[in-house]
Amino acid sequence: MTFELPLLFLLVITAGGAILVKDLISAVFILGSYSFALALVWALLGAVDVAFVEAVVGAGLATVFFLLTLFRTTEKDNHLRRPPMPWPAIIGLPLLGVLLLYGAGDLPAFGDAYSAASTHISPVFLQNSLADTRTPNVVTAVLMDYRSFDTFIETIVIFTAGIACALILRKGN
Amino acid sequence: MIRPHDSAIVRTLGRIVIPVAQLFGFYVLVFGQFGPGGGFVGGVVIAASMILAILIFGIDSPDSTMARNILHGDGLGLLIFAGVGGLCMIGGGQFLNYTYLQIPNLDQASQHFIGIMLTQIGVAVDVAVTGVSIAISLSFDDDEIPQDEGTHG
Repeated sequence: MTFELPLLFLLVITAGGAILVKDLISAVFILGSYSFALALVWALLGAVDVAFVEAVVGAGLATVFFLLTLFRTTEKDNHLRRPPMPWPAIIGLPLLGVLLLYGAGDLPAFGDAYSAASTHISPVFLQNSLADTRTPNVVTAVLMDYRSFDTFIETIVIFTAGIACALILRKGN
Repeated sequence: MIRPHDSAIVRTLGRIVIPVAQLFGFYVLVFGQFGPGGGFVGGVVIAASMILAILIFGIDSPDSTMARNILHGDGLGLLIFAGVGGLCMIGGGQFLNYTYLQIPNLDQASQHFIGIMLTQIGVAVDVAVTGVSIAISLSFDDDEIPQDEGTHG
């Protein structure tokens, strides 16, 4: 509890800063620090694998890709002119926030053993994965064994992204 | 195209950091079954180290040889992943059901272990190649288009 409140405060600050700052390169760096703070939050909640992916992809690779994209643009493109906010957004977005907060009251408590997510099939994975696969990391066992077909399709998605980038961006030869 | 960095601090730090990052990537990949990590994260760390080499030394320097040559492995990771699934089908089971991975003298759990390890290597190769490929695509300069392209019309 001592670390969570400052981290959430940092998350809100960096998320707002990435939206509000005028220079896009600064926004990319603030977004990287947002990902790093989010990775710390995941690690505090016990989701170490998610934290690892967030730190490596969000703060590392995505920042590099954003920067490489921005290096191809000119000064005119990476400085934003913001038009004033339309009045439906000024009224509607806080209402949406209130609605989300109202809906969040029905979520199960953190670590609730009787919530829907932890009663259906996750006990089966937790109890059987070591005997089934000799893999102590349950996340890897679920991703690569019980749900390996999903991971296969995700790998195809990544492959397709690389091919599409090469086809669109590498003109000429 | 990215030009090589001429600062001595950056180049020296790159020579120190890049091998450590690559070693850490392989460690995360191999250790993914026992701790946090796995194929995806390991592949991303390896890709990041090679992108760092491209950014510091330039794409044409001998330090970026690995990053240039890994592009020939495009699709190899997917082939490893699908190949393991195909081996399971040849062994008489469903696609990616490691129980039917016919390896002699191994019990069922160890076959699952081998299957997980091979598919993780496949994911890591795929992610690493794609990361480097996207970085090279993004840094591709329009000036390198041959100028006589429009004259053939």
